[in-house]
Amino acid sequence: MNNLIILPIVLPLLTGILLIFLGKNIKWQRWLSAISSFIGIIIACIVVQTVHENGIQTLEIGSWKAPYGIVLVADMYSSLLVLTTSIIGFTTLLFAFSTITREREKFYFYSGVQFLLLGVTGAFLTGDLFNLFVFFEVMLMSSYMLIVLGSTKAQLRESMKYILVNVISSALFVISVAYLYAVTGTLNMADLSVRITELGQSGLITVISIMFLIVFGLKGAIFPLYFWLPGSYNAPPTVITALFGALLTKVGVYSLTRVYTLIFIHDQAFTHQILLWLAALTIIFGVIGSLAYSDIKKIIIYNIITAVGVILFGVAVNNQAAIEGSIYYLVHDMIIKGALFYLVGAIIAVTGTSNLKKFSGLIASHPLLGWMLFIAALSLAGIPPFSGFIGKLKIVQGGFEAGEYTFSLVVLLSSLFVLYSVMKIFINGFWGESAKNFAPKVQTIKGMVFPIAILLILSIGYGVGTQWVSPYITQASETLLDPSIYIQAVLKE
Amino acid sequence: MEILMCIVAGILFTAATYLMLSKSILRIIIGTGLLSHGAHLLILTMGGLKKGAAPLLGEHAKSYVDPLPQALILTAIVISFGVTSFFLVLAYRSYQELGTDDMDQLRGNDQYE
Repeated sequence: MNNLIILPIVLPLLTGILLIFLGKNIKWQRWLSAISSFIGIIIACIVVQTVHENGIQTLEIGSWKAPYGIVLVADMYSSLLVLTTSIIGFTTLLFAFSTITREREKFYFYSGVQFLLLGVTGAFLTGDLFNLFVFFEVMLMSSYMLIVLGSTKAQLRESMKYILVNVISSALFVISVAYLYAVTGTLNMADLSVRITELGQSGLITVISIMFLIVFGLKGAIFPLYFWLPGSYNAPPTVITALFGALLTKVGVYSLTRVYTLIFIHDQAFTHQILLWLAALTIIFGVIGSLAYSDIKKIIIYNIITAVGVILFGVAVNNQAAIEGSIYYLVHDMIIKGALFYLVGAIIAVTGTSNLKKFSGLIASHPLLGWMLFIAALSLAGIPPFSGFIGKLKIVQGGFEAGEYTFSLVVLLSSLFVLYSVMKIFINGFWGESAKNFAPKVQTIKGMVFPIAILLILSIGYGVGTQWVSPYITQASETLLDPSIYIQAVLKE
Repeated sequence: MEILMCIVAGILFTAATYLMLSKSILRIIIGTGLLSHGAHLLILTMGGLKKGAAPLLGEHAKSYVDPLPQALILTAIVISFGVTSFFLVLAYRSYQELGTDDMDQLRGNDQYE
C-alpha cells in the first residue's frame, strides 16, 4: 500500500485538531504549526520526487476499487501545486508570527490556517468530483473563519458578501454534480472521462461543462465573476490576504484546468473558445483595476485577477507549449503573490497606511524592503532572470503556434501594465523626498523580511534553474495533454 | 414524477434568487436556505426516482433505490447547515456592530485608507 500521498492531507488535519486543544498557549501553537508545516514541505518534496520517478501515484481509500471508492491521485501537476502550497503555508506562518495580533492568535488562527491548507491540498489531490466539493467546503469554511477573525467593521461587511457569493457557487457546484451524475452515473474523474468519451460530447455535456466553468470561475475570479474579490480580499489583515491570494483562486484555476483537460475535451471548438475570450477579458479587467488604484493592497489584488487570466489563457490554447507555460506560470504566481502581499504587509506596518499618495522616500530608511519590492515587481512582470519569464514566454509561444495572435498580444501587453502598476508602488513610495508630516515607524521588520526573502530566493531560483525544473513541468504537461495516462493510472485497465 | 420534482426545484431556485436579490440580510439568508433545498432535491431527482425499497439490505427486496445520491445529499446537508449557522451568527454580529441589516448601507470603503 502506498499511503504517502495522503500524508499532505493528514498532517495539517492532525495539526489543526491538536492546535484546538492548545487554545490559549500561543507559544506552543506557534512552534507546533511551524514545525508541522516544515514537515509538510519535506513530505511534499518526497511526493514530487516519487511521482517523478514512478509515475502517477494513486491511493484507493479503504481499498475500494477505483470508480466505486474515493481515490486520491497525485500526478505531477497536483504534486507540484501541493509543494508550492506547503511552502506558502510555511512562510505565511512565519509572517503571521510577527504581524498577527495576539487576540487573533488566541482565537484559533493557527487551526484555521492548518484547515485551510488541508482543504487546498485535498482539492489538489482528490480524484473524485464530489470529494472535490467537500474539500472546497473545508477550504472555504476556514477562509470564512479567517476572513472575519478579529471582526472589525470592514471585515464583517466584506465577509458577509464573500460568504454569500461562495454559498451560491457551492450550491451551483452541487447542482452541476447532480446533472453530471444523471448523465453519466459516476463521480470519479477518470471514469467520467471514459464515459463521456463513450457517449460523445452531447449538447447536454457541453451545457454541464459551462456550468462547471461558472462554478470554478466564481472560485477562481475570472472575468464576469470576479466582482466579489477586490472588496473581500481588502478587508482582512495582509497575511490572510496573502494566503488567500496565493492559494484560493489558484484552486479554482486548478479545477478548471483539470476539468477541461480531463473530462470535457470533446467539444473544444466551443468550450475552449469561450475560455479564450474569458481569459482575455479577465486579463484586461485585472489590468484596468491595477492601474486605477493608488492603494497598494488593491493594486496587488487586481494583479491576482490578471494572473488568473494569463494561466487560463494557457489552458484555453491547449497545446504543448501553452500548457507547460501555464503550469510554470501557476507555480510562479503562487510564490510571487505570496511575496508581494507580504511586502505590502511590511510596507503598511512601516508606514501605517496603504495609500500611495501618503508616503514617499522609503528607500532612505528601508533600503532592503525597497529592493525586495523591486525584484518582486520584475519577477511579476516576467523579466528574464526571474521566474515569471519562462511561463509567459511559453504561453505566448503556444498562443502564436495556435494562431491566436490578438490574444497573445493581450498577454504581452498586460505584462507591461502589470510592471507599471507595481513599479508605481516602487517609484512613488520608495523614491523621492520623504513626504511631509510623515515619519516611517522605526519599528523593526526583521521577522517580516525573512519569509519575503525565502519566497524571493525561491522565485529567483525558479527562474534561473528553469533547466532543472523543466523535466517536472514537462511530465506535468504530458498528463494534462493526454488524459489516457491519468485514466490508466486510476482505473488500471 | 421527475418532471414534477424538477418544476418544484425550479420554483425553489426562483424564490431563492428573488430573495437573494433583496435588501435585507435575513431575506438573503432565507434565500440561501431555499437554494440549498432546491439543490438537494435536484440531486435526489437526478439520481432517479424509480420505485424500490429503502437502501437497507435487511429489506430483502428485488431492487433498491440508488443509495449514492442519498449519501451525497446527507453530506451536502450538513455542510450547508454549518455554513448557514455561521452566516446567521455573522449576520447577528454585523447587526450589533454596524447597526443595520440593509445591504445597501453596507457599501463603501470607509476607514480603510
